[in-house]
Amino acid sequence: MHAESKKGKTRELWRFHGGLHLPDQKELSLQRPLRQASLPKRLVLPLQQHIGAPAQPMVAVGDRVLKGAMIADSASPVTAPLHAPTSGTVVEIGEYPIPHPSGLADLCIVIEPDGLEAWSELPQPISDFRSVDNQTLLQRIRDAGIVGMGGATFPAAVKLNPGKPIKTLIINGAECEPYITCDDRLMRDFADRVVNGARILQQMLQSEECLIAVEDNKPEAILALFQQLGAEETIEVVRIPTLYPSGGEKQLIRILTGREVPSSGLPAQVGVICHNVSTTAAIAEAVLEGRPLISRLVTLSGEGIREPGNFHAPLGILASDLIAQAGGYRGEPQQLILGGPMMGFDLATDRAPLTKGANCLLCLTAKEAPRPEPAKACIRCGRCADVCPANLLPQQLYWYSRAKDLENAQDYNLFDCIECGCCSHVCPSHIPLVQYYRYAKAESWAMEQTRRESELAKQRHDFRVSRLERLEAERKAKLRKKKEALKSKPPVAKKPQAGKDGDEKAAKQAAIEAAMKRAAEKKTKQQLKPKNTQNLTPAQQAQIEAADKRRNSAASNRGQQDSEPSN
Amino acid sequence: MEFHTLSSPHTQRPNRVDRIMLQVALALLPGTAALTFYFGWGVLVNVVLAIVSALVFEALAIRLRKRPVMPVLLDLSAVVTAMLFAVAIPPLLPWWQVVLGMAFAIIMVKQMYGGLGYNPFNPAMAAYVLLLVSYPVEMTSWLPPAMLAEHTLTLPQILTFKFTGSLPADLTLDAITMATPLDEMRTSLDLNRMISEIRLSPLWGDFGGLGWEWVGNWFLLGGVWMLYKRTITWQIPLAFLAGLVGMAALFWLFDAERYPSPLFHLFSGGAILCAFFIATDPVTACTTRAGQLIYGGAMGVLVYIIRTWGGYPEAVAFAVLMMNMAAPSIDYYTRPRTYGHGEVNRE
Repeated sequence: MHAESKKGKTRELWRFHGGLHLPDQKELSLQRPLRQASLPKRLVLPLQQHIGAPAQPMVAVGDRVLKGAMIADSASPVTAPLHAPTSGTVVEIGEYPIPHPSGLADLCIVIEPDGLEAWSELPQPISDFRSVDNQTLLQRIRDAGIVGMGGATFPAAVKLNPGKPIKTLIINGAECEPYITCDDRLMRDFADRVVNGARILQQMLQSEECLIAVEDNKPEAILALFQQLGAEETIEVVRIPTLYPSGGEKQLIRILTGREVPSSGLPAQVGVICHNVSTTAAIAEAVLEGRPLISRLVTLSGEGIREPGNFHAPLGILASDLIAQAGGYRGEPQQLILGGPMMGFDLATDRAPLTKGANCLLCLTAKEAPRPEPAKACIRCGRCADVCPANLLPQQLYWYSRAKDLENAQDYNLFDCIECGCCSHVCPSHIPLVQYYRYAKAESWAMEQTRRESELAKQRHDFRVSRLERLEAERKAKLRKKKEALKSKPPVAKKPQAGKDGDEKAAKQAAIEAAMKRAAEKKTKQQLKPKNTQNLTPAQQAQIEAADKRRNSAASNRGQQDSEPSN
Repeated sequence: MEFHTLSSPHTQRPNRVDRIMLQVALALLPGTAALTFYFGWGVLVNVVLAIVSALVFEALAIRLRKRPVMPVLLDLSAVVTAMLFAVAIPPLLPWWQVVLGMAFAIIMVKQMYGGLGYNPFNPAMAAYVLLLVSYPVEMTSWLPPAMLAEHTLTLPQILTFKFTGSLPADLTLDAITMATPLDEMRTSLDLNRMISEIRLSPLWGDFGGLGWEWVGNWFLLGGVWMLYKRTITWQIPLAFLAGLVGMAALFWLFDAERYPSPLFHLFSGGAILCAFFIATDPVTACTTRAGQLIYGGAMGVLVYIIRTWGGYPEAVAFAVLMMNMAAPSIDYYTRPRTYGHGEVNRE
């Protein structure tokens, strides 16, 4: 397969197994231009919006924060700091609903905006990024709190430090899920940022090629990117066929390079690094303007929303506030989904805030996504296997997951499932296949955990048993030696014993005396040795005295301070 | 606002089991109509009888298993089983044998294993084999095609015979029944007659049995429509036909006087019906695409072997059951290479 890329140049493309042609529904949110979301009454910022260690708050309740100021960070190597999306006051640090499949609440910093949009002092823009070393750029990207904005939310700076030579840098603008158009909007309206970001990433990774991949259902975006490219550039815009899930990292790598990421491996192992277009644009902003990640483009779509479209919204804005700005609900909204219809998860409440990885809020009516009928028995038709982009046998995985036969499920490569939802979509029996795989994966992890724990306990136990055995054996060996020594001694020891008891006593006395003498000698010897505090020069002596004086006065001061509060 | 949460994907599902079954049933109609045209009302009587009894037995079994009855009846799988069985049996088969066949298919072969999706054997074919080994005379007494028949029975006469066993006074069973072309060919070959000699009989058409040879085309029409609708995939039918035609061609080229032509094998008996409707039953077939090629191909070869050297003239049912047995093992050894596994990375 060949596709046009850049200007007239063609490029060989590969196919991944399976995939689906879905009705893309993208027109719904593309009818209106990008809108700027207005500031709500409060912003709720979860401390963990990324993969890795949660950030720790650096502000206290009542603090005034400026726009762009860092408000939380962590010392962990895999984490991302958090910044104030606007100026205002921290009114609470507490548990709020977060956008997570579990529907649980988590620690959030709540900011009440003052409406002034007063900026904090931002780091200096690095306009000539080619003359700066990698470490500076990495630090800048890290400090800007940038994570994978396509939904994976992995800290970008960590990913940019692969430790392996990178041949191909891929900028992912495929956006293959139905309804979502925020990346399309970004590429159309901010193509310069995307291309600048790509230039920065290519400079950092020193990759041979840089490919910006866009599905061919977004011609305007492709055109906008083309126009940004210089003639001498090694960056290419590649038009790829529209086929869900071509935006999946593994699938996109296959399409563009023909290479496959090894099972449970990383793209860097095949010389590839993949970044989403939103992430790339955010990196450009951080490097060229010094702006941290405090807002993003988000699609609001679905028949359940009155005025669907794309918004440029501050992080932390509640879904309910954003939906209100899009004209509110319409008809009978059935589900509120974060992400697309294929891989997104349902939110239990619209009080959840917008996070760094949230690309779409989808409000579907019963007509668009009818309640699934009760699942029927699997008729083994194999449609699931035909569409699986990982080339798995979803139906076998289903049987084993259902039977809780985790070993066999893993043998059928359960963990290579990317949960894209293709199999569930085509299943004529309407079996929620992906749900079974999620369950089997969670069970496998739990089992692995228990197995590890019990293995450790067993190792400890075995060690203890062997230690006790060894001690016992040593004790016995000693006893035996002693016994043997006693048995074998008499003939040797008889000679001196031939005399009287008095001889023995005298010998003992002599031994004691000898030992005392040795001890005394040792003592005198030690006394003769000069200590390091002896033979000091007068200068050293003076220094010591001064130090002692300081120490004493400090101690007495501290004593006073300590006693003060009790007064 | 609060919402219900469901597991992804959140889409309108394009496929349904009952729609697939309905498509199979519809695809069977042209062939069934052709059979009725050539062999009379008995075929339709069988179809109705089989469908009604299959639904009754299905409802009964589901009731006994304490499950909701209607969703199971409406998945139409019992209807498809009944239709496949009905077009495979002779038009004059006594009514109780039809009912017995369906009872065995639905209760023993399907529901006792857990119902749709769990049965290891094709219910229609298992019932066919049960009747064939239990009542060989009735199961091999076919009617001659319309153009050869000296006496055509009316619908009331057929119903009378099927339900009471009595014929009009002036007719005997031998006078109105005839062996199938496959049976005839086999018997004649066993008498060491040459094929050119055998074919002199008025029984034969252009390449198969007169009348018979055209029924296959109508089933083929339905099969092609199912391929177009993606109700079935091409692997099993193509591999089956390739296996059968390949074997037939090999021996026919070797000795055309002793081995009938590939076309004869293709358009006699149930070869086409098997290729598109029976071998493709997803429940009992292989599910991996590579496995399906082996499954279909081996079944075609088996049909030829049993027809040529086995004890029965028609071999489809036996070949299907044997391959049903082999399907799980074939699936096990034909697992596709998962993304990211094995030596795959091109530079």
